[in-house]
Amino acid sequence: MKYSMAQGLGRPFAVFAKMGKKYGVEWWILVTGAVIILAILYMALAPQTLTPFDPYNQDAGPQLIPPGGEHIMGTDNLRRDVWTRIVFGSRTILSISVLAAIISSFIGISLGLLSGYAGGMLDRTLSLVMDAVYVFPGLILAIALAAMVGPGVINITFAVAVIYIPTYFRLVRGQTLAIKQELYVEAARSIGATNATILMKYIFPNVIATTVVVFTLNVADAIMIEAALTYLVLELPPSIVDWGMDLAMGKKYLASGQWWLITFPGMMISMLALGFTMIGEGLSEILNPRLLER
Amino acid sequence: MRNLIRYIITRTLMTIPMVFILLTIIFVVLRLMPGDPVSSMLGGHAPERVIEQKREELGLNRPMTVQYVDYIWKICHLDLGDSMVLQQKVTDAIAEKLPATIELTTFGMLITIVLGVFLGAYAADKRRQARDSAIRLYGIVIYCIPVYWLGLMLQLIFGVWFDWLPIAGRTGARVFTSDFENTGFYIIDTLLVWDLESLKDVLIHLILPSFTLGLTLSGIFVRLTRANMLDVLKADYILAAEARGISHTNIVYRHALKNAFIPILTMMGLQVALLMAGAILTETTFSWPGMGRLLLERIYLRDYPMIQGVIIVFALIVAFISLLVDIIYAIVDPRIRY
Repeated sequence: MKYSMAQGLGRPFAVFAKMGKKYGVEWWILVTGAVIILAILYMALAPQTLTPFDPYNQDAGPQLIPPGGEHIMGTDNLRRDVWTRIVFGSRTILSISVLAAIISSFIGISLGLLSGYAGGMLDRTLSLVMDAVYVFPGLILAIALAAMVGPGVINITFAVAVIYIPTYFRLVRGQTLAIKQELYVEAARSIGATNATILMKYIFPNVIATTVVVFTLNVADAIMIEAALTYLVLELPPSIVDWGMDLAMGKKYLASGQWWLITFPGMMISMLALGFTMIGEGLSEILNPRLLER
Repeated sequence: MRNLIRYIITRTLMTIPMVFILLTIIFVVLRLMPGDPVSSMLGGHAPERVIEQKREELGLNRPMTVQYVDYIWKICHLDLGDSMVLQQKVTDAIAEKLPATIELTTFGMLITIVLGVFLGAYAADKRRQARDSAIRLYGIVIYCIPVYWLGLMLQLIFGVWFDWLPIAGRTGARVFTSDFENTGFYIIDTLLVWDLESLKDVLIHLILPSFTLGLTLSGIFVRLTRANMLDVLKADYILAAEARGISHTNIVYRHALKNAFIPILTMMGLQVALLMAGAILTETTFSWPGMGRLLLERIYLRDYPMIQGVIIVFALIVAFISLLVDIIYAIVDPRIRY
């Protein structure tokens, strides 16, 4: 045996502690964020292990009972278990917001690279359009899109994705403009590298690093927009469990004091957004040590 | 001075292409997306002939380019069309609801600036201390609390549990809004007729919604102010001021904050989008009869001209405020000229 069990476990812990010493608070922000996300990810992946009930079961218990006993977060007006709906609802919000962020980063990065590299008329037109979308309230754009294309998970995903394309576009375009002037790009071109090679092998790897931080913050924002959309316009079919929709339903019972129907779904939306924000915050401070001074 | 005037004129002219692009995007989104206003209005089972007739009535059977030119032409004449579901002009409905939104966003923004800027400056002054960390944590956490949930929780705590504040609407039952409907801004209206009882009622109704909106946005401002203040506090003139024996509080909150405020002002222009989105959500939560409520109600009714009109007005507000911020910026900081 080359090393003992304790050593095997000790090594990662030592690295962990060392990182903590090196980066201080930022490291712990990152770790806390990661723990929150992993916990919610577990909910989404294995919901059955966390609750004995079914999220659609309208016979889980008495109507509108407060948290306690068998129902740790109480039951709703349709006699469904609130905790179970929280656990199963994590799937909807996580998949929509992460997928939306992936779609918008893909489109935004591609267009940004192209626009910054090609320049000229294409660049000017794209920049104008992207700037206009950027200043326009994203939520209103998403509401309009969702209202036009109708309800559904895929439609909401696209409506949310559209909002964030300009964020990636502006970031990547700016960096592409700068990197394009670098000596090593010039060198590559002089030995006959094609435009495609320069874009993919020289510019793209330098651009992608900074988009990681933006991506996590983007997911955090998308989470709140997704929940806002379903809270506002109930754009999902009732067969889907969603925190935003549960919040909208719980709102009806606020005046009569049934606090658990709004408290828990909203708290989960905040926690999820907070998790991604903390990862983004931690990463940005660790990746850009200059910012540490701020 | 001539420079400044030239800048203001150039900047105003630059707003035109931006507004134009926004209007085009709205047109594209509302016309070219799947989903047909007529069939969703009449329901899926309407006979072909009726649908055709309705399309012709609304001018939807014409070529896209003709519709686009007509659309821009009408907006230039401040004509946003008529509602599809109610007998009213879109502009009239908007004129009725807009003051409520402006009243809410103005107070929300005031709370944000006071809270965000003060906390940010304080954190920068106490940097790397526990108080600084606490304020930064507040900034991150409050940013992650969705404005609608914050509104619901404040309603629950202050409206239902303590029963201190009203949770819905702009006025209570005892205020007859028709008595003083002049400008639509209830604070101004009640002051014009000097009805202090009603003014008090209006202000009490404003507390929870504007705090909801203001608190949510304050996180960003805490962050921005803190970062800018840290830069400013390192500057030589701060050291010089300290050497001259000016009190510390005076240096931080007068000398430094004044200089840190310029970049904050620019960021304020960019936060207008967030403010508008926040207003829509706050209005829904607090049954606030403003633009956001109008938009959502009409989305349920599939009232396309109204939806389009409301979105256009939001676009114009955004363009106007970013213009305004840039002009103020130029007046405050003489170095900024194009």
